Amino acid sequence: MRAGERAAEAGGAPAAQAGGAPGAPGGEVLVELRGLKTHFFTDEGTVRAVDGVDLEIRRGRTLCVVGESGCGKSITARSILQLVEAPGRVVDGRILLRRGGADGGPGEVVDLAGLKPGGKEIRSVRGKDIAMIFQEPMTSLSLVHTVGNQMVEAIRVHNDVGKREARERAVELLGMVNIPNPGRLVDSYPFQFSGGMRQRVMIAMALSCDPGLLIADEPTTALDVTTQAQIMELLKRLQRELGMAIMFITHDMGVVAEMADDVAIMYLGKVVEKGPVDDIFHDPKHPYTRALLESIPKIGHRRRERLRSIKGIVPDPANRPAGCVFHTRCDAFMPGRCDATVPPPVALGPDRQVRCLLYGGDGGPAPGAPDAQTAAPEPTPESSHGD
Amino acid sequence: MATETTRPEEHAPGGGGEAPDERVLLETEGVRVHFPIRKGFRQKVVGQVKAVDGVDLSIRAGETLGLVGESGCGKTTLGSAVMRAREITGGRIRFRASDGRLLDVSRLGPDDLRAYRREVRMIFQDPHASLNPRFTLLEIIGEPIRVNEGLSGSALEERVAAMLRKVGLRPEYMRRYPHAFSGGERQRVSIARALALDPRLVVADEAVSALDVSIRSQILNLLQDLQDELNLTYLFISHDLSVVEYLCDRVAVMYLGKIVELSETEPLYAAPRHPYTEALLSAVPKPDPRLRGGERRIVLTGDVPDPSDPPSGCSFRTRCRYATERCAAEEPPLREVAPGRRAACHYAEELELNGVV
Ligand SMILES: Nc1ncnc2c1ncn2[C@@H]1O[C@H](COP(=O)(O)OP(=O)(O)OP(=O)(O)O)[C@@H](O)[C@H]1O
Ligand SMILES: Nc1ncnc2c1ncn2[C@@H]1O[C@H](COP(=O)(O)OP(=O)(O)OP(=O)(O)O)[C@@H](O)[C@H]1O
Ligand code: SF4
Ligand SMILES: [Mg+2]
Ligand SMILES: [Mg+2]
Repeated sequence: MRAGERAAEAGGAPAAQAGGAPGAPGGEVLVELRGLKTHFFTDEGTVRAVDGVDLEIRRGRTLCVVGESGCGKSITARSILQLVEAPGRVVDGRILLRRGGADGGPGEVVDLAGLKPGGKEIRSVRGKDIAMIFQEPMTSLSLVHTVGNQMVEAIRVHNDVGKREARERAVELLGMVNIPNPGRLVDSYPFQFSGGMRQRVMIAMALSCDPGLLIADEPTTALDVTTQAQIMELLKRLQRELGMAIMFITHDMGVVAEMADDVAIMYLGKVVEKGPVDDIFHDPKHPYTRALLESIPKIGHRRRERLRSIKGIVPDPANRPAGCVFHTRCDAFMPGRCDATVPPPVALGPDRQVRCLLYGGDGGPAPGAPDAQTAAPEPTPESSHGD
Repeated sequence: MATETTRPEEHAPGGGGEAPDERVLLETEGVRVHFPIRKGFRQKVVGQVKAVDGVDLSIRAGETLGLVGESGCGKTTLGSAVMRAREITGGRIRFRASDGRLLDVSRLGPDDLRAYRREVRMIFQDPHASLNPRFTLLEIIGEPIRVNEGLSGSALEERVAAMLRKVGLRPEYMRRYPHAFSGGERQRVSIARALALDPRLVVADEAVSALDVSIRSQILNLLQDLQDELNLTYLFISHDLSVVEYLCDRVAVMYLGKIVELSETEPLYAAPRHPYTEALLSAVPKPDPRLRGGERRIVLTGDVPDPSDPPSGCSFRTRCRYATERCAAEEPPLREVAPGRRAACHYAEELELNGVV
């Protein structure tokens, strides 16, 4: 257990096992990732797509996960549901899901990382406990069945209802996500839908079982802003009514500002900074977060001047830089430190964490963060597991 | 440079009779794409989805024309009609060939069609569906180069590697299959494939929608560099109004199969002339959590109309906050409301609509 983490977790044990801290900002932890590692074993080498991710997802709250293309957001999400395809595999870490106990009763904690992929147990988690909206809708919609039949099937797997009732529910859900004339379109095939309509079908399907956690991977990339606003409203309303937790993966910082309670910034398979949304936007700590926020084009921006992008290119996940993975592109790079020590997580507050040596962590000076605690260098996999 | 060719519309496309403008690369006149709705065991046609319903647009050589509008309004259908990936139900699409001839796109002979397919490329909205899972990146990006330019072996690999680098992907991975990439990485494969042949017109359908800000900037810079170098023309379909503002010379706003506003970018953003454009601009999420829940956003109420059964009169009237009885009775044509600006609203001149500053 790292010193920084201990402060963040107020007690040492993973929050899900400790039952969360009732009344603490954000409420009870529903899913908690501890040291999650998912690697792909390819001919060219091992791709460490997810390489030690710690996250907590709370009931009734939205966690937005952002980060550069290829940094491991989707694979993190897929790992939670054990949907990583070969040659990939969860190689380490824990995925703790708290089941039941929402109404005060004792819940149980299941480690999803320990369940057999494709097994019965993980399948019973999918849909009802955790539903997922995939980044590319056509990967999960069947081409040969009508949207209605696919929805009816999904609804009936988890709810004890007849075909008629399930179909009525499907039409109602399609209406909720603003599909025009849902009574007609329920009998259409996915190819007859536009890109954004398919995305909304996925959203409707995911919502059909009132999941405890909704994982939404870039669910609004094809939606115009008015439809997007309506979908965000819908998700927030359902969240208020049902206490649903949402893990929302997006690269759109406008959407993050609108939706998130908490934000996690990922870079090359690691969470480099996390905290409440307001802190992340108004007091970003990690140089990567800062660069990310600076490169948002604002509306009303002068046209055709060259856009800023973060200098350099994303390093190869099969060939990661030593020390801080961001050091090859960082404006605040400190030679001799950043390329030598892997920055451990440093707690900057109860819900605020950063992995950057500017805030300490290698015993060197930490001018940026006087209150940051120094912690041991990168722990071995075993010690990152907590007690 | 594209911006120099951007001048107010001087002629009405499809207005009939006028000599075609030399600068126009592609022109659509009254283009319609309808899909039959079939029902029952005998698959009887019971109606038509009017996905694209009378679109007049002209795209000038070297410009970037933005196309925005509600999900399902017909943007992809129009783009695929331009590509000839879909036959049109009515109207006409004309293209200025590199030798100066004006071609009717639905009636191309085999040679012209081959040339057209090489010169007009599309970046598809759903990269997963448009990249063949059985081919490696080398094959996907290299095949059109091999066929059209006769390159092979290491020369071909060199070209593919260069293209991959331009879109921020590692050439080392050119022997991997599309499924082994992230969503944004796949999207860039699709961009590389479309740009590999030095096309003249690129229909980019939500081409940067899965990219984070940093890589998106890199791609947008690339699109502009290519435009400056090769006088490339783009039809840029996007839901991201900040990207459209940044990249596009002119913007067409589409609603339910029709263009409702067409204007140069700056005036459109500063002072929209159609109530739907106003609603769109108001809904852009601001990248600041402290501005959340402000009252700036115009919420579109009312059901989204079905393109098989559009409302009478103005198709936006069921959700328009300025609608009057006239709007239900009379369809507003897309007409010039100021020099170089067109809008399809009866009250385009009177309404004081809010833009973004
Ligand atoms: N089957 C695979 N084999 C090898 N590498 C893979 C495979 N699937 C994914 N990867 C790699 O894992 C990394 C993380 O992928 P992931 O899909 O999680 O990225 P992401 O953060 O969701 O990106 P995006 O924003 O582009 O969707 C990427 O570098 C990707 O190339
Ligand atoms: N093959 C088809 N058969 C029947 N209807 C179709 C077909 N393809 C598209 N449509 C319908 O045509 C309309 C326009 O679809 P299109 O894909 O052009 O929308 P879009 O503007 O690209 O939307 P999005 O922003 O969501 O991608 C939609 O109502 C859609 O359901
Ligand atoms: S014509 Fe009427 S309904 Fe249509 S946009 Fe104008 S005011 Fe609104
Ligand atoms: Mg992804
Ligand atoms: Mg589309």
